[in-house]
This record gives sequence, C-alpha cells and structure tokens, in this order.
Amino acid sequence: LPQSPKVLGLEARALTPQTAETDAIRFLVGTQSLKYDNQIHIIDFDDENNIINKNVLLHQAGEIWHISASPADKGVLATCYNRTSDSKVLTCAAVWRMPKELESGSHESPDDSSSTAQTLELLCHLDNTAHGNMACVVWEPMGDGKKIISLADNHILLWDLQESSSQAVLASSASLEGKGQLRFTSGRWSPHHNCTQVATASDTTLRGWDTRNMSQIYCIENAHGQLVRDLDFNPNKQYYLASCGDDCKVKFWDTRNVTEPVKTLEEHSHWVWNVRYNHSHDQLVLTGSSDSRVILSNMVSISSEPFGHLVDDDDISDQEDHRSEEKSKEPLQDNVIATYEEHEDSVYAVDWSSADPWLFASLSYDGRLVINRVPRALKYHILL
Amino acid sequence: MDPGSSSFPPPSQPHARGPGSGPGDSPEGPEAEAPERRRKAHGMLKLYYGLSEGEGAGRPSGPDPLDPTDLNGAHFDPEVYLDKLRRECPLAQLMDSETDMVRQIRALDSDMQTLVYENYNKFISATDTIRKMKNDFRKMEDEMDRLATNMAVITDFSARISATLQDRHERITKLAGVHALLRKLQFLFELPSRLTKCVELGAYGQAVRYQGRAQAVLQQYQHLPSFRAIQDDCQVITARLAQQLRQRFREGGSGAPEQAECVELLLALGEPAEELCEEFLVHARGRLEEELRSLEAELGPSPPAPDVLEFTDHGGSGFVGGLCHVAAAYQELFAAQGPAGAEKLAAFAQELGSRYFALVERRLAQEQGGGDNSLLVRALDRFHRRLRAPGALLAAAGLADAATEIVERVARERLGHHLQGLQAAFLGCLTDVRQALAAPRVAGKEGPGLAELLANVASSILSHIKASLAAVHLFTAKEVSFSNKPYFRGEFCSQGVREGLIVGFVRSMCQTAQSFCDSPGEKGGATPPALLLLLSRLCLDYETATISYILTLTDEQFLVQDQSPVTPVSTLCAEARETARRLLTHYVKVQGLVISQMLRKSVETRDWLSTLEPRNVRAVMKRVVEDTTAIDVQVGLLYEEGVRKAQSSDSSKRTFSVYSSSRQQGRYAPSYTPSAPMDTNLLSNIQKLFSERIDVFSPVEFNKVSVLTGIIKISLKTLLECVRLRTFGRFGLQQVQVDCHFLQLYLWRFVADEELVHLLLDEVVASAALRCPDPVPMEPSVVEVICERG
Repeated sequence: LPQSPKVLGLEARALTPQTAETDAIRFLVGTQSLKYDNQIHIIDFDDENNIINKNVLLHQAGEIWHISASPADKGVLATCYNRTSDSKVLTCAAVWRMPKELESGSHESPDDSSSTAQTLELLCHLDNTAHGNMACVVWEPMGDGKKIISLADNHILLWDLQESSSQAVLASSASLEGKGQLRFTSGRWSPHHNCTQVATASDTTLRGWDTRNMSQIYCIENAHGQLVRDLDFNPNKQYYLASCGDDCKVKFWDTRNVTEPVKTLEEHSHWVWNVRYNHSHDQLVLTGSSDSRVILSNMVSISSEPFGHLVDDDDISDQEDHRSEEKSKEPLQDNVIATYEEHEDSVYAVDWSSADPWLFASLSYDGRLVINRVPRALKYHILL
Repeated sequence: MDPGSSSFPPPSQPHARGPGSGPGDSPEGPEAEAPERRRKAHGMLKLYYGLSEGEGAGRPSGPDPLDPTDLNGAHFDPEVYLDKLRRECPLAQLMDSETDMVRQIRALDSDMQTLVYENYNKFISATDTIRKMKNDFRKMEDEMDRLATNMAVITDFSARISATLQDRHERITKLAGVHALLRKLQFLFELPSRLTKCVELGAYGQAVRYQGRAQAVLQQYQHLPSFRAIQDDCQVITARLAQQLRQRFREGGSGAPEQAECVELLLALGEPAEELCEEFLVHARGRLEEELRSLEAELGPSPPAPDVLEFTDHGGSGFVGGLCHVAAAYQELFAAQGPAGAEKLAAFAQELGSRYFALVERRLAQEQGGGDNSLLVRALDRFHRRLRAPGALLAAAGLADAATEIVERVARERLGHHLQGLQAAFLGCLTDVRQALAAPRVAGKEGPGLAELLANVASSILSHIKASLAAVHLFTAKEVSFSNKPYFRGEFCSQGVREGLIVGFVRSMCQTAQSFCDSPGEKGGATPPALLLLLSRLCLDYETATISYILTLTDEQFLVQDQSPVTPVSTLCAEARETARRLLTHYVKVQGLVISQMLRKSVETRDWLSTLEPRNVRAVMKRVVEDTTAIDVQVGLLYEEGVRKAQSSDSSKRTFSVYSSSRQQGRYAPSYTPSAPMDTNLLSNIQKLFSERIDVFSPVEFNKVSVLTGIIKISLKTLLECVRLRTFGRFGLQQVQVDCHFLQLYLWRFVADEELVHLLLDEVVASAALRCPDPVPMEPSVVEVICERG
C-alpha cells in the first residue's frame, strides 16, 4: 500500500534513513532552497496507524545536497551543503547533532512546523578548503561512528572524528589523477572485509579503494555508457555491487570480474539517480530515476538466496516441508516487482528504512516524499 | 444313282416339278411311302440348288402350302380340285379352265420331249467313256504284277550281298577302335613333352586344357607303371606350370584381366580356391592402393594442380573402375566360394572404399573455400555416378550409401559456406557504407547519398542471396545423379536452404545489426549514427517486402516437399521489425546523446553566477539547432515525414509569456512569505498533474517526426537536469531564458507535438529560476529581440 505522499514544500534531493534507529521507521530529508532557510525534516512513520509525523530542524548553513546519518549515534548526521559567497558556490560538509528530544521522534506532531523549528548543533566542519566541493559523506558501516569518508572533487578523504565528534582529523587521503576534470559523484562504504573497502563513482568509472592505505583495489572502466550516478554494495554478498547512471541502466557487478557486468537492468526511461539494496533481502533492489519513477526489482538470481529462502537445519525434522523445499530449488526469475509512479518530478533519492526491511521512501525534486511497502505477497514469498 | 442325278441336273427339274405340274398324269406310285421318299429327295435337290422349301413351293401361290386345291402345291389332290371346280365355277369358266388345262398339258409334253432329245447325246458319250476306262485298267494291272516280281528279285540279291559283307564290317570297326585308342595313348605319351612345350611357349591355357583332359585317365590307370610314369611327369610339369602361373600372377605387372585369367587357370589346375582368392585380393589391393597413392599424390602438400572435377575423374576411372573390375572378376571366379567369399570381397571393398572416400573428402575439403559451385556439383555428380556400379555390384559394402553421405555432407558444408559468404558480404557492405560515410563530404551537404547507399546495400545483398540460391540450386538439378535422394528432395530444401541459408542469414543479419545497439562504445563514435539509421531502414524494408520476396523465391526454386516445420514469414518479419525498431531507438539515443553532451558541457563548464548580461544566444544553442537540422535532413533521406499534431497557432511567435505570467510568477514572486512555500508549490504541482508525463527514452515510430521528437526530448531533458545542478546569478538565469527561447523558435518544427518542446523548455527556465537566488527574468520583448538578432 503506497503511503500518502508527504510534501515538504521545498525542493529536496537528500534522503537518508536514521541508520542507528532500528525500532522506529524514521527518515531524514534535507531541503534544497536558495531562497528560504533550509531544513532537515525528520519523518516518522507510524506503521500501525499509518500516520506520518514530521519534525523540522533548521539547517541554516545552506541548501543540502547530501545527507547521511551516523550508524552509531541516532542524533548525529552529516550533510553536504552549498555555501554561496562572493558569487562563488562551494559545497562544504559538516557533522551535526540534532536536539536530544528529536532523536527518537516527537509524537505530538505540531501542525505548524515553523513555530517549533529548532536548530542543529554543529559538531565539526570537514575542512575542504584545499580539496574543493564535497560530493558526499559516508559513514563507516557498523562502526562506532568515528570514521567517515568524504568525496571532494577528485579527492577521497578519510576522517577521524575525535572528542565526541567535535573534531574531524584528516586521517588519510587519495586523489584521482588524470586528464580532464575528474570528479567523484558518489561513493559507498562496503560492509564487508571488515569495512576496509570503499567504492566510488567518477564519470563513467567505478573504483574500489582500500581505506587502510588509500590505494585503489579495482577499477571498472566504462561501467556505464554515461555518468555513473550512484552505487551500492550487496549487504550479503561481499563482491557484489550495483551501479546506476545516465544511460538509464542499472548494472550489477562482481568486483572480481571488472570486464562484464553480471546483470543489466534497463527499465527506466531516464537517468537513474539512486540504487539501493535492501539491507536484509538483497534480492530487493530499489531504483529512482528522473523519469519520475521508482522501480522495485527482484534480482533473485544474483542474490544471496538464488533458490529462495533456505530452510534452517533445525527445521529439517519436518520431512514433508523439506521435500517440498527441495522441489522449488531452481533459480527464480528476476523481475520488476513494481513501478511506483506517485512522483510528478524527478526522483533523486530512494532508500530503505533501517528499522523495517519491507519499507522504503523516495523523494522527488518537488519535495514529495513517498513511503511504500514491498507488496505483501512478495514479502510472504520471501519469508516463507 | 447319286452321281447321275448330280451330273444331269436339267432332267431332275421337270421330274421334280412333275408331281405338281400336271394333275392328270399322277406320277406317284402305288406305295404309300412313295410320296414321302420323293419329297425327301425333292427337298435334298432343293437344298442342292440353294432353294428353300418355302420358296420352291409357295412363291406364286397363296400362303397355304398345304392347300390340296393348289395345282402347283405339294399336297395337290386332283379329286378335291375337280370337286371344287365343279362345285364353284359356272359352265363357261369350267370350259375355260378345261381348255387352259389342255393347253398347259400340251406345252409340258413338248417341253419334256425337247429335254429328252437334248440329253440323249450326253448319255451316249458317257457310256463310251466308261467303256474306254475299263480297257485301260486292265493294262495297268499287268504292269503292276511285273513290278512286284522284279522287286522280289532285288530284295533277294541285296540280302545275299549283306550277308557276304558282314564279316569285314566287324573287323573294320574293331580296327577303328584300336586306332582311336592308340591315338589317345599317343597323346598321353606325348603329354609331358607337349606340356613342356606349351609351358615354354607360354600357352598356359592350352597346357591347362591338356592337363585337364589327361587327368582323369591317368588317375584311372594309375596302377600301370607306364601310366604312372606319365602321370608323375605330368604332375611335375603341372606343378611347374602352376608355379609359373603363380609367378606371373604374383608379379602382377599385367593388368587385371590377365590376372583373372591366371586365377582361372590356377583354379582349373585345382589349386585351393580360398588361398587364391586371398592372393587375388592382395594383388588387387596392391593395384588399387597404387591408384590411391597416385590420387594422394595429386592431393599433395602443395595446392592441388588438377581441379576437383579432374580429381574425381581420375578417382572414378582409376580407383573405382579398378574396383569394379576386381569385384566383377572376383565374383565370376570365386562364385563357388559362397557367402564367405562375398563377405571377404565386401570387407575388402569397404576398406579400400573408405580410404578412397577419405581422399575424396580431403580433396573436397580443399574445395570448400572455392566459389565455383557448378564445378563442385559436377565433380560430386561424377563421383556419385561412378560409385553406382560398384555399389550395385557390392551392395554389402555400402559404397553407394557412403558416397551419398559424402555428397550430403559436402552439400551441408556448402550451405554453411554460403551462409558465411552471405554474412561476409553483408559485413562487407557495412564496411563499404562506413567508408562512404567516413569519406570527406562535399561541403554544405550532409550525407548526400544515404538513400543511394541503402539501395546499394539492399541490392547487393539481394544479388548475393540470389547468387547463393542459384549456386545451391545446382545440387537439386534434375540431371545430377544424387538429386533424387530423399535428402536432396526434402531436408536439403527445407531445413538446409530455406531455414539454414535464407532464414539463417536474415536472422544473422538482424543479429549483426542489433549488435550495433549493444556495442560497448556507447559513448558514440564506434558506430556512425548514419549507419544505424541505414540499417534500421534496411531491416524495415526487409520486414515490409524483402523477406517475403526472398522466401517466396526460395520456395519456388526449391519445391519443398519436406513436412518439417519451417519458420513462418510473419515470425521473421516480426524479428526484422523488432531489429529495425531497436536500431532506430538506438539511433535516437546516440544522436540525443551527442546533443545532450553539448548542452551538458555548456551548462556544467560555465560560471553561471558571475556571467554577464546576455547579449547573444550562446553559440552552443545555434550548434544544437544546426545539428538537429542536419539530423532532420539525414533521417528525411530514409524515413517518411510522419504525423504532426495540428498546430494551434504560429508557434515561432510564441514567447515565454505563458509561464512568466502564470506559473513563473507563482513560483518565485517576491511577495510571498517564507511560511507559505506550500501554496506556491501546490500551483506548479497541480499544473504538472494535468500535463502528461513525458517518457524521455520512449520507443520511436518509423518516421522522421517521431525520431526527431525523441532526440529533442532527450536533449531538453538533459538540459533540465543539468540546470538543476547549478546555481544561477541573475544574468545566468536571463541567459538561460534567451537560450530557451531560441531553442523554442527553431525546434518546434521538428517535433510531433510542439507542446512538448514548450513544456520542457518551460521546465528548464522554471528550474533555472529556482536555482537562482536573485531571479529577475528578462523582459520577453528583449528576449525576442536578442533571439531574432542571433
């Protein structure tokens, strides 16, 4: 059941689930406006009552281009924002803390959001004066919220947050060398290999980096025909990652073989801006595109469960069940589960909830946030 | 009596008529049976003279022949008649009939008299003749008696002579017998020397015949010492003879017929047949292997000097001919060997045959690359035809089947070769097109010969297909010996030619064409867009006409009798259409990308915050319009115009007043408060709700307008997304305004629905305004002036 769209009232591109929150369904959305004070909307979704609550935080530093939440501390988040000065635009990044009472959402949602607007507390800037525009900030997954990586123009920067995140120390960095203006567009931190790998996208190329010595591990040249917009790691299969870009395609890669994608999807009719694996069921892949559509695909054949859900050893006692399980052990078909067309404008961000694996949000440029659920039938099919 | 009545017919007539002619003189006798008999005789006479009973009696009279009153009737009764006359007639009439009767009687009397006179002389002469005959017979009887006595005398003499000669005759007979025996004995005694002489002279046949004649006798009289000696001598000589024959046989220098003769003689000498047949085969093998070696030499490591026809001719006359001779001779000589012998021969033929086939196949394999089918078919035909004779002779060796198999294999390979040839031809065409496209163009004209190139490609492929069809058609020609084999009547036509060659080629063509869509060089460059366009049109033409034409042609040329399922025309057409569609869509993407990249670069690399007040349309926009026009011309060369939505008004005159009055103002009018962004956005959202969603990379239709619409959609959407990623100063916004108006002026004419261009351009300007901290739009009139100037 698609949830009623939430209109923020301002243009927006930045969306993240509150990563450290595992009980409540909560998303953070950053607005993008040159004329008004920008805001961070804390969207609470009450699953049982189907109610959306919203709290607004002011983000006066500038329009938000990217937002990410700390995996360890519910109250901490990082943003990339534009700062305009002297007819110059510079994208900066900073780590913020939200007021304590909003960390877990406030359920007495006041209708007039402006009256209770609170401000974020700045923890630290990621100093980029030497490196250029910040494209994104990513947290070390499953970590203690002390390590982040930011991508600034052609630099990849690893920061240590110290003194309760009040200080960001540049631990190491690397940069792309080459002809032309190389610029990172996006990056993700792999949850595998003890979180020592990061993948980045720049122009049409995907690169893997080892965070221990900031060296390049692999490089997928011409991963897409045009600009690569986003990528994501399969949370359950360590060498698999998905990428998407301006060629309207979503490609799935095994990083051990960089010459050919494992699979290619071509369902969107315009640039694909976002691709996200479901955190628990990696056959569910979510993509958002500037054709205003969100597509949920079932990539079961290249998932960690290509034969469907396997019965645990404990359950084998029931012979009947076991037999029927064996019968269905043939690779399932990949397919598009659903195409969501509630958006009227380009969708620049989609993401899964960190609390409920069957729920996801999508955000379009016109500020409309839509929360959807994986179809019930499919959910049961995967679970049972 | 009988000869008399027959030799004197005239008197019999009146006699016959007599009883009925005169009622007065009744000739009938007193006996009751007399009239009966007379009537019988009378009937016989009548029969004799060919008169029927009824004719003679009743022609002049009434219908009743039994009427007793009928004067001429057979049953005439004078009493009744008179009675009747007297009772019925008046006196005058009686008188008349009386006179009449008298006159008739008189006439009859005179007639009778003249008859008697006339026949009298004849009686006289008959009597004379009989008398003379009597005299002659008497004389003859005397002479016969004399003859009998003479004969008796002769017989007597003869008996006496033979009795006298009896003795001598017996002696002569005995002497003759002795003479014959002596001659035989002489032959026997002379036999050894004769044999020796024969052997010396090399008249082996004669020797064997002598030996054969003497053998039995010698065998019989073995117990007599003298004969024994002769036999021993003979045996020695015969052994020598056999030795020599074997020698000659082994030397093998002589031809097959002589060898056959040797074997025949040896057989006659009672040599063991089995051994001989082994040896015979060994020798035959030697000779045939010689043939094979010479064939192999012709194959050689170097390129074969003789062509394949000559090769099969050599093989046919040399090896196959030899094999035929051997087989025929063997069957003649060793017919007595029964099935075991036949098996041996079959195995022999099979082994050598397979070696021959291997050679032929090697030679044919060398031919695979060649283009001349007629020569190959003729060679195959000859090869196949040649093997018919040994095939019939040696059914068990399966030579004919193996030959047919080889021919089939070659035919299959030929089909494969032709398919490859077609594919190569297609690729060659594509290369030519690429070169033509890459060649420096005459200034001013873009792709002048695209339609021409298409026609060239189409006709060249079609002629290649036809040539291939004609070439493989040779395999099914009536005069070719293997064309009536089931494979060539059925499978070859349907599965081989139609499916394998034609359908296979069309499919591979589609695949080749489609591969251009999947090529990794998606960033452009790899495949010239014009080639995509051309291929798309080519595939579409195939869908509409060419495929059905080719298939009809094939079906006509190869009357397919096979019932196996074939790809229907519609399926193939659908595939071609799908290919055409994909190619065209890809063309749109590629061209859209080219323009997109220009627009993107122009937006990304400019510093929009500190730009100066716009004075001109940026050069890149002019370039975009130019390129779009060029694409329009290019597509127009191959595709029809397509349908456009009816124009509501003169679009070129339209300015941005529409959105600047309604939507734009709503969006960034400076009057509203920060607390009311919801309401302002609501307006634009509602507006979007009512406008149709634009599918940017949507499938295109096969016409120019659709193609151009697709390209423009892609370009403008890129512009929109790029604009949204930048921040604009006031003049930056105004520059975007000018650029968009310029695009508006020139792009609307290319698309199916100009509203689409308006919508997208509106969106671009609106987005630029959103991304501008200081949005002061330019006066529409100024925008127009700048655009018109530019």
